[in-house]
Amino acid sequence: MFPSQFTYHAPATLGEALALLAEHGDDAKVLAGGQSLIPLMKLRFAAPPIIVDINRIPGLDTIAEEGGSLRVGALVRNRAIERSDVITSRYPTMAAAAPMISDPVVRNQGTFVGSLCHADPQGDWGSVMLALDGSVVARSVAGERVIPIGEFLDGPFTSTLRADELAVEARVPDPGSEFAGTYLKLERKVGDFATVGVAVFLATSGGTVTKAGIGLTGVGATNIKATAAEQALVGGTVSDALIEEAARLAAEAADPRTDIRGSADYKRDVVRVYVARGLRAAAATPVA
Amino acid sequence: MTTVETAPSAEHPGWMGKSVPRIEDARFIAGRGNYVEDVVLPNMLHMAILRSPYAHARIVSIDSSAAMALPGVVAVVTGALLAEHKLAWMPTLSGDTQAVLATDKVRFQGQEVACVVAEDRYVAHDALELIVVDYEPLPAVVTPQAALEDGAPLIRDDKDGQVDNRVYHWEAGDAAATEAAFAGADRVVSLTTFYPRSHPAPLECCGCVADVNPASGKATIWMTSQAPHAIRTVFALVAGLPEQNIQIISPDIGGGFGNKVPVYPGYVVATAASLLIGRPVKWIEDRTGNLISTGFARDFHMTGELALDGAGKMLGLRVKMLSDQGYAYADAQPSKFRAGLFHMVTGSYDLPAAHVVTDGAYTNKAPGGVAYRCSFRITEASYLIERLVDVAAVEIGMDPAELRRMNFVQPDQFPYRSATGFVYDSGDYAPALDLALEQVGYAEVRAEQQARRAAGATKQLGIGIASMTEALGAGPSRDYDILGIKMFDSAELRVHPTGKAILKLGVRHQGQGHETTFAQIVAHELGIPPQDIVVQEGDTDNTPYGLGTYASRSTPTAGAAAALVARTLREKARKIAAYLLEVAEEDLEWEADRFSVKGAPEKVKTIQEIAFAAYTNHPQGMDAGLEGVKYYDPPNLTFPFATYIVVAEVDVATGEWTPVKVVAVDDCGVRINPMIVEGQIMGGLTEGYAMAAMQQIAFDEDGNCIGSNFMDYLIPTAMETPHFDLFDTCTPSPHHPLGCKGVGESATVGSPAAFVNAVVDAVSHLGVRNIDMPVLSSRVWEAIHAAPG
Repeated sequence: MFPSQFTYHAPATLGEALALLAEHGDDAKVLAGGQSLIPLMKLRFAAPPIIVDINRIPGLDTIAEEGGSLRVGALVRNRAIERSDVITSRYPTMAAAAPMISDPVVRNQGTFVGSLCHADPQGDWGSVMLALDGSVVARSVAGERVIPIGEFLDGPFTSTLRADELAVEARVPDPGSEFAGTYLKLERKVGDFATVGVAVFLATSGGTVTKAGIGLTGVGATNIKATAAEQALVGGTVSDALIEEAARLAAEAADPRTDIRGSADYKRDVVRVYVARGLRAAAATPVA
Repeated sequence: MTTVETAPSAEHPGWMGKSVPRIEDARFIAGRGNYVEDVVLPNMLHMAILRSPYAHARIVSIDSSAAMALPGVVAVVTGALLAEHKLAWMPTLSGDTQAVLATDKVRFQGQEVACVVAEDRYVAHDALELIVVDYEPLPAVVTPQAALEDGAPLIRDDKDGQVDNRVYHWEAGDAAATEAAFAGADRVVSLTTFYPRSHPAPLECCGCVADVNPASGKATIWMTSQAPHAIRTVFALVAGLPEQNIQIISPDIGGGFGNKVPVYPGYVVATAASLLIGRPVKWIEDRTGNLISTGFARDFHMTGELALDGAGKMLGLRVKMLSDQGYAYADAQPSKFRAGLFHMVTGSYDLPAAHVVTDGAYTNKAPGGVAYRCSFRITEASYLIERLVDVAAVEIGMDPAELRRMNFVQPDQFPYRSATGFVYDSGDYAPALDLALEQVGYAEVRAEQQARRAAGATKQLGIGIASMTEALGAGPSRDYDILGIKMFDSAELRVHPTGKAILKLGVRHQGQGHETTFAQIVAHELGIPPQDIVVQEGDTDNTPYGLGTYASRSTPTAGAAAALVARTLREKARKIAAYLLEVAEEDLEWEADRFSVKGAPEKVKTIQEIAFAAYTNHPQGMDAGLEGVKYYDPPNLTFPFATYIVVAEVDVATGEWTPVKVVAVDDCGVRINPMIVEGQIMGGLTEGYAMAAMQQIAFDEDGNCIGSNFMDYLIPTAMETPHFDLFDTCTPSPHHPLGCKGVGESATVGSPAAFVNAVVDAVSHLGVRNIDMPVLSSRVWEAIHAAPG
């Protein structure tokens, strides 16, 4: 790897990191797992003059349920999510997606929050967060704000995180007591970005859907929340007809482009098939 | 699967057919190999290449002053500088020319425009960004069809007399006989298909360390080359260096697959830079450089028509092929054949008449056309005929296995002269097909397929068969040469006084296991255990001349030379043994590793005792030592064959597909080391699956390459690579001294059609007849939706 020259900082505290970001602004780039940043620097598609490596900052690797939500710290690796008991037992959409993130080498290093900040519309975690109504906690020397994921993801490879802010954690609301979810991904090979990915989440009460979440990967300028499909599900009882209707609405929400992975029509139809399959699988394996 | 064996046993008394563990693996597993990147010389400089961002553009100016001013930069080499030394252009392996560094125009995206030579690689890469090139973009020609249209932009305006983008026109077979066959046919079926541009993508990219000694003039060049001797001669002819002053060393190579046969601009510029600067220069290619600029493969647009009688007997084959050559005709191929051995397209079938028409066109893409793990374009030929036979089976309502069987060349027809001029040495195709059908459980799988069709299941089953025949092992030299250099190969064997030996070969392995296989050949002939034999390849100062390792030619050529030189030494050993035992030569019998006196079996001399005597107690009048050299020119190619069967499950809702069973029955004649053969076949099947399922070097309408990294050019992992069930039959080559045929490429050649046939078969009841590679799920879905139903 022969990147352009850069200055490397490895702050030992959150305060130091925030001070560096405040000082350098757009010139600085945060390094966590590096699984998106380093390939870009290797190809010199990105040449940030300042690197702020946050890996030595303590306290950013927490996975814990607290205050009605799951907190995932900025240094939590994908591998830790894959192995987390609380996630595998309480957050099935995340648990299903975790082993589909790239390959084991990337999962060992890459972080959940870093992936959200990279805001790749083909990234899987954005769709999962949209389905789960998650949010990102941004900290700067000026203070803290909690940004709902739908507002955080702004466009291809762009988020609403300011240059002086560090995304310190992601939050996912408590799923309740009766819930189900999964993630389906169509890829050309293991480790490939999604041609199409679909995240689904259902909370139910006595067979009635109380909350529904559907996030779509790779079929728009950002990950897409299939709001109409979600609304169609809420208040209903899961049936073949309702599933087909939600799948149809989710496909309408998709805005794919034709590329080497397939035509727009193809990707939209895979959204339909996958949403239906995801909802069926979720309905068949609820956690109560 | 074979079991590993380390010594002769009662069951396997000799060294042939024994799965000896690979001798070379110890250093590879321990990370103690020696690759070009490991070569570090005192005072060494580093080179990086600036590449064109455009597919087609005129170079108005190149300003390298800012790059030269960067501390650590020693030189910026441009085409203009090379032109002063008459090195701006070089010959290709097909007798065309290609630019070393562009002077007038760039003709593909990724073309080499300038090189920076610097004290370290970081500085070299920083300096690339400081070179200012003013380009005037020109319209790009990105398909061979567009290239041949009237008024298409002329790509090779540098060549006198080149008025259009046509490269060659070449025909094989008998046009009139083929027309007559079609006129008398009951049925004619056809298939138009495209074998997309793929890339050998070896794990190690290309690179070199060039060290031209300013005092002696000696050029020592460590290089990733599958053919170091031929490269030395090309360097002598191109650069005008005296050949005795050029030493090419191919150290350990991390995969070649045909990619490391040609001469690349990086080698030439690094050597020129070392010559001009007087210091060693290292160039190590990056992945994008490898994928975007070095020898690609395939890129054939093909139409095949098959004439059949009412019973399904094949009467004739008519083929048209248009090849996308990129901007230079740079195929590594015998000079006599303009489209390689593509005319081997009659495959395993007794076709009374065939006519093959081929054309090549220049486009604004990288040159190459290397035979990626195949014998000179037979992969494309095998794919076309094996797909075409399946289309025919569907169209005439016959079982594809039966259609193949009834049209096979029959055992009593060998040696068989094909309609396009090949003489097949030996074959017995039906037993291989039958074994494969039995192992796959053909009748049961067909029944399951019918049940799923009847039920309208989401997941349909398909069965794909390919019964391929390869032609490989070039020479013979009367028909096969590269740039005039005949395609023989060589072996030099020296037995040391203590009975150990060194075997030096003109070929150069890149992972094929030569250090074990060829040691076993000598062990088989002379009785010296393989562990006592060093196999040396790749250093032109220390090995006999040869054409290198590609086209599955090493065992057919150098393997034969090794066996024959060992036999020559055995005859000398007989003379020494007779002298030592005080008997006549004809009174001696050879067994395994010793001569004994007929009728007095206790009177013996082992090969080790004889070797010692060759240096300490040899007969008066005989030269001392026990060594020899053999140049072997094979009388014919060898013709291995195989049947591959793939069972695939296809999700008709999404187009996703998975191979659920893969059976391979290979017949490569006598197997020297079955474990290594099986490894070759598994690797070939994996690459066949990769091409069928996911690989393509794609371009957009402006000629931008969108397959220049491993995110876009896909290499299958263990996760999606299917399990392979391997079986074999054995039909020895009648002309190879050991009965061997080449095998390194059989599965790459034959298996892609089996994978595609399986997917198409799974959806043929929906009206689908063809899906071009790579068979992405989107293409399956689109084919289903486009089908008449």
